[in-house]
Amino acid sequence: MTPGGYAGKWLDVDLSKDKIREVEYGDKVLEQYLGGRGLAAKVLWDKVGDKYPELDPLDPKSPLMVYTGPMTGIYPGSRICVSGKSPVSMGTVGSTAATEFANEIKEAGYDGVTFTGKADRPVYLLVTDDGAELMDAGHLWGLDGEKTLIKLNKEVTAELTKRKPNVGLWKDPGMVYIGPAGENMVRNAAVMAKICHACGYGGYGALMGSKNLKAVVAKGRGPLPKVDAPEAAKLLWRRTHQILIGRTAMRRQGTGYAGYSVGAVTSSEPIRNWQEEWHDEKSYGGPMFEHRYWVKKKWADFNCTTNCMKISCIKTGKWKGDITDMPDYELQAYCGTNFGIYDPEANIHLSALADQLGHSGINGPNTAGFAVELHQRDILKDSDFGFKPKWGDPDTFDRIMRMMANREKIGDVLAEGTYRAALKIAEMKGLKPDELLKYAVHVKGIEIGAHGTRSDADYTHDISYAANVQGGDHTSTSVDGYNDMSGAVFTDSAVFCNFTYYGVPQSLVFDFAKAITGFDINLHKWRSETGPRIVTLQRALLMLGGPDLKWTPVKDDDNPPRFYEPLPSGPYKGKTTDRKLVDEKLKAYNETLGWDERGIPTKETLKKLDLGFLEKSVSKLR
Amino acid sequence: MTPRGYAGKYLNVDLTREKIGDVTFPEETLEQYFGGRGLGAKILWDRIGGKWSEVDPLGPENVFIALTGPMTGIYPGGRICCTGKSPVSNGTVGSTASTEFAHELRTAGYDGVIVSGRADKPIYILVTEEGGEIRDASHLWGTMGEETLKILNKEVSDELVSRDPDVGLMKEPGMIYVGPAGENMVRNACVMTKLCHAAGYGGYGSVMGSKNLKAIVAKGRGPLPEVYAPEAVKLLWKRAHEHLISRDSFRRQGTGYGGWSTGNFYSSEPIRNWQEEWHDERSFGGPMFETRFWVKKQWSDFNCTTGCMKVSCVKTGPWKGAITDNPDYELQSYCGTNFGIYDPEANIHLSALIDNLGHSGIGGANTMGYAAELYQRGILTEKDVGFKLEWGDTEAFDRLARVIAYREGVGDVLAEGTYRAALKIAEMKGLKPEELLRYAVHVKGIEVGAHGTRSDEDFLAHDIGYAVNVQGGDHTSVVRDGYHELSGSVFTDSAVICNFARTPQELMFDFAKAVTGYPITVESWRRLNGPRIVTLQKAFLLLGGPDVTWEPVRDDENPPRFYEPLPSGPFKGRTTDRELVRRRRLVYFETLGWDERGIPKKETLEKLDLGFLEKSMFRLR
Amino acid sequence: MSSIWIVRDYENCSGCRRCELACSMHHEGWMWPEASRIRVFMPFPGVEVPHLCAQCDDYPCVESCPVEALSVDGGTTAVIVDEETCIGCGACAKACPGTVPYLHPRDRKATICDLCGGDPECVKVCREAGYNALRLVHEGMSGHRKLFARNPVDVAKDLAVKFFGEKGEELIV
Repeated sequence: MTPGGYAGKWLDVDLSKDKIREVEYGDKVLEQYLGGRGLAAKVLWDKVGDKYPELDPLDPKSPLMVYTGPMTGIYPGSRICVSGKSPVSMGTVGSTAATEFANEIKEAGYDGVTFTGKADRPVYLLVTDDGAELMDAGHLWGLDGEKTLIKLNKEVTAELTKRKPNVGLWKDPGMVYIGPAGENMVRNAAVMAKICHACGYGGYGALMGSKNLKAVVAKGRGPLPKVDAPEAAKLLWRRTHQILIGRTAMRRQGTGYAGYSVGAVTSSEPIRNWQEEWHDEKSYGGPMFEHRYWVKKKWADFNCTTNCMKISCIKTGKWKGDITDMPDYELQAYCGTNFGIYDPEANIHLSALADQLGHSGINGPNTAGFAVELHQRDILKDSDFGFKPKWGDPDTFDRIMRMMANREKIGDVLAEGTYRAALKIAEMKGLKPDELLKYAVHVKGIEIGAHGTRSDADYTHDISYAANVQGGDHTSTSVDGYNDMSGAVFTDSAVFCNFTYYGVPQSLVFDFAKAITGFDINLHKWRSETGPRIVTLQRALLMLGGPDLKWTPVKDDDNPPRFYEPLPSGPYKGKTTDRKLVDEKLKAYNETLGWDERGIPTKETLKKLDLGFLEKSVSKLR
Repeated sequence: MTPRGYAGKYLNVDLTREKIGDVTFPEETLEQYFGGRGLGAKILWDRIGGKWSEVDPLGPENVFIALTGPMTGIYPGGRICCTGKSPVSNGTVGSTASTEFAHELRTAGYDGVIVSGRADKPIYILVTEEGGEIRDASHLWGTMGEETLKILNKEVSDELVSRDPDVGLMKEPGMIYVGPAGENMVRNACVMTKLCHAAGYGGYGSVMGSKNLKAIVAKGRGPLPEVYAPEAVKLLWKRAHEHLISRDSFRRQGTGYGGWSTGNFYSSEPIRNWQEEWHDERSFGGPMFETRFWVKKQWSDFNCTTGCMKVSCVKTGPWKGAITDNPDYELQSYCGTNFGIYDPEANIHLSALIDNLGHSGIGGANTMGYAAELYQRGILTEKDVGFKLEWGDTEAFDRLARVIAYREGVGDVLAEGTYRAALKIAEMKGLKPEELLRYAVHVKGIEVGAHGTRSDEDFLAHDIGYAVNVQGGDHTSVVRDGYHELSGSVFTDSAVICNFARTPQELMFDFAKAVTGYPITVESWRRLNGPRIVTLQKAFLLLGGPDVTWEPVRDDENPPRFYEPLPSGPFKGRTTDRELVRRRRLVYFETLGWDERGIPKKETLEKLDLGFLEKSMFRLR
Repeated sequence: MSSIWIVRDYENCSGCRRCELACSMHHEGWMWPEASRIRVFMPFPGVEVPHLCAQCDDYPCVESCPVEALSVDGGTTAVIVDEETCIGCGACAKACPGTVPYLHPRDRKATICDLCGGDPECVKVCREAGYNALRLVHEGMSGHRKLFARNPVDVAKDLAVKFFGEKGEELIV
């Protein structure tokens, strides 16, 4: 019998052979990996196994997972988790975004889809209660996010209405899709949803693009899956919402007030590719966004009362009609201060542009900022860009982001992501890689989220990124190898939102998980067993790496060079990340997780975590 | 001692002599006439009553009066009351509009402004705690309402800050102003405020225009006037607001759902100049306005929780940027169905245009619909008008509104208002007046509000609602029986508070008592204060002149159209009962103590302390 | 006697769909958005439209039912479906100016808001979250209500213009 919370079936789609079949995973696998991030890593290993280092993530053989988890749709704040071998880190990332696609696919009777192969033409997958089918997407290829969404919504709704005309109006389907950046395999491109929501980290937009897969669309009419203890679940659902509703500041501001405060208060905001992390630009305050641009101040996704999203719209001037969310803090920083821009309107425009092109709004702009610093340092020339790039100039970044998405001129190099672009440009310019890597703010190929470590005043510190199996991903930072195991590792596998998790007592969340699944699930077990299992598997895949690069243990388990430069300005001027502390905490972290001092999981650990299948490959790393 | 609830003085401005001073009125006068509509009529009698019939309403001898009342600003829903000799009825109208000008004036220490004479160039009057001053308005002359408001707001705010820069930010002043229609003395033009609020009936926009008076602006920093029983007032204030807040449906919809329902449910909405009163056009339903155009669904004036206004904005298409209120029901109908238009967007555009030109959205639009009917009947031709004037053609009505405001071509005739235009066109075309007056929907020169009497289903107007109304077609002050309305709009227009902020009468009159300390009751208003004010207004109306004097009884009537049978809808065939009108008119006269021709009797004048009218009324009997 | 009506302020709808969850938990015993009597349409992200019975004063759905499975509750004035009698023909959905009724995904029975007998769950959760996109009023029947029976895509077209201005005209197709 299927455990509670699961629809019980996953779709396995071979795009090369145009074959779709349903698969199930046993109770034991589900209890051990739950869903989303955890299950995706396991299925990836099962499909690739010891050949992992040779697998090119953008090769047709490379699998792509689009998974929910057992709590998705039921626990407040439902999301979808996209995963697979990451084209940027070569490990895996559980990359999530809030979207109704997640509950729709479960209502259609599926917990997720695993794609392999490559379609011989652009396609999208349509999932309904009657099964799944590949649909032609030739007419959608090349379209930006907004047009893709509008067309698909109309077309799928019309198709479903045609199929079942008498049941009344069809509600809109849910979908994830890619923009031009994904299509053109910009390595750090995002999988998009709802215009401005993104599975940003990991570069899975490129993976979809490599498969000629434009979108996945789902519409279900069934109930959400049965749960183990429905009455308890309903009660816990109410209690959770009551807590979320009480978080008034978060509901009012979302993260859209942070573009000012993370710089001004905590000195940890990327400014001109992290050359500074402090500013006091009041023009960039939350109310400046709110009063002029927030046209809808309470915007939530399915089953969420946090409504941290606010819709911004530019109504006048040359960017009239641009729509995005607040922008959230990450994009306020990366598409704003990181470009030397403190004008909310320009920030909204560039955020909307990143969304529409299908760039990850963190990673793509990190690369764009990196490129402009290289120009500042005279490594890249006007001729490389075809114009004179300038900090603070919206047009500069508008052009660079388009060039990246379309792989034009220097954009073709930048489309490889910050780390690989640094190596390529070093080669182009006959420089040593280190001369460029000193400006590349990434960890293991994944550009770092908009929270610095130097001031030590943000939630990110010393080993947050350095030890993280998802590199620069700010949603899943490492704390101590205990705490983080029941944090993002859990939410990304149960697949619901971090913002409906933090602030709710963990005991309540884990009771909820138990009521849904019936598994013997608890905080302690996640910290000592399930979490470490998932993270150890991710660590193994990350260090197996390949084929174009392999990370060096310890050396690459580190912050980018810039994070050791002293902060040049602000109240924390002179402060920087404590290298000694990083070393010490990294050691502790490895020890906690049962990895050797180089961070390679020991044989006993693999055995204890029921990861014996990794031993053969991992033994080669020791 | 200043009576409670009053700031205690009125600003007296002689524009011809450029003289400004303060005046006061005896407490007895205030108790008898209160403020606004009542006090305005008394001031007019004292100033020009003796030669009323000779006073040209658009001449310098007329007096323009903008008054508050003792409850203004204190009781929920403060308004300003504009009055003077009306250029349309030749009587008086207490014409009110909601605006912060009202309480700003009072916090500056004034209960009202009385303007006589005529300035030799465009001016505006600025009222502050320092007194009043006449300021140049040449740069404002010719500007539309929106422009006027923006410029004046900026200019006055800057000026006040420069006078006392250290006190911190100065809040915006309040103001009343006229648009091009008022400047060009379009007879039924209104006094505008807050972009889309109008003191619409009576044509006082043209009176301001005739005096070269573009605006009156007020900014006060003092408290509202002291009251007789402050603790009671605070308590009653809470209760009044609780009552208003409980009216969920009105707060939600304002009157902005009426454009559909007054036609559809009650068959009493003007359609193509009242040729029909019923429609079933769902495109004109409240939700069609609300969902697309109401950008702000809770909009109130000072001290009001009713929030019946909703700000509409057209954001796309040729009328992009048009801003007005809901439109309220009157303009939904008069600038919509009355033109054969059922498109909310076109209706918002025309309403906003009419606001900006300073037309009355009822009076001016009535004349426009009248012109279109004359066009339909071939009386006015394309040559006369200068363009095709078909029903439902938004562009045509847009042009018509402009030619009237600027008195271009046929607009110069139509600018005289429906009644006078009818007479002029008859003369132009060599037709008998009756042949044109049969389509003119006015009572005593005042175009009738958007509530028909034929179905008898309307919630406001029946049989003698307009016919014997001393304010003619004014729907805000319809007559019911000579008792009821005297403690209704006659009271609210004199206390100068909003009809829509009415609470149970007991509460309202307790409030009035607590504010003023006068022994005031529903009964005293129904028996004394109300009849006193209405009888004085009736006398003015009877005296009339100089161009028009209404004939007793014959002109105490509905327009001919209101006796045609309704041609469509659930009440098809129904019409106003002529015999009932005749009977109820007599009852009404009797109730008020007027003779069977509606002339106030001597005893009545004595009883109401209106002995000063006896001489002129005697001549009419 | 006053009937009950759910006032809908579309622009206040966050899109959280807790109304759908609460409704389905009440009527179906478990979370089932597609079986909710109130369904939130989203023709474009941000333009969420709660779609539920408008309680037209002329009840065209009730009139249209060939087997008299639909009736009007004398107290609340909600439309009540007799599931035993309903033959799932879909006539009520077609007769509704807003195509509000739909056939239940489980058994193809007509599904229409019954106001939970007078204390609607959707309103409670919406109010709890402070959105007030749905509010309960006790008011006499009104001929205005039927004007809310509109296709949600048409409503969305209007809302999109209110939110986004000219851009809004391109978003809902």
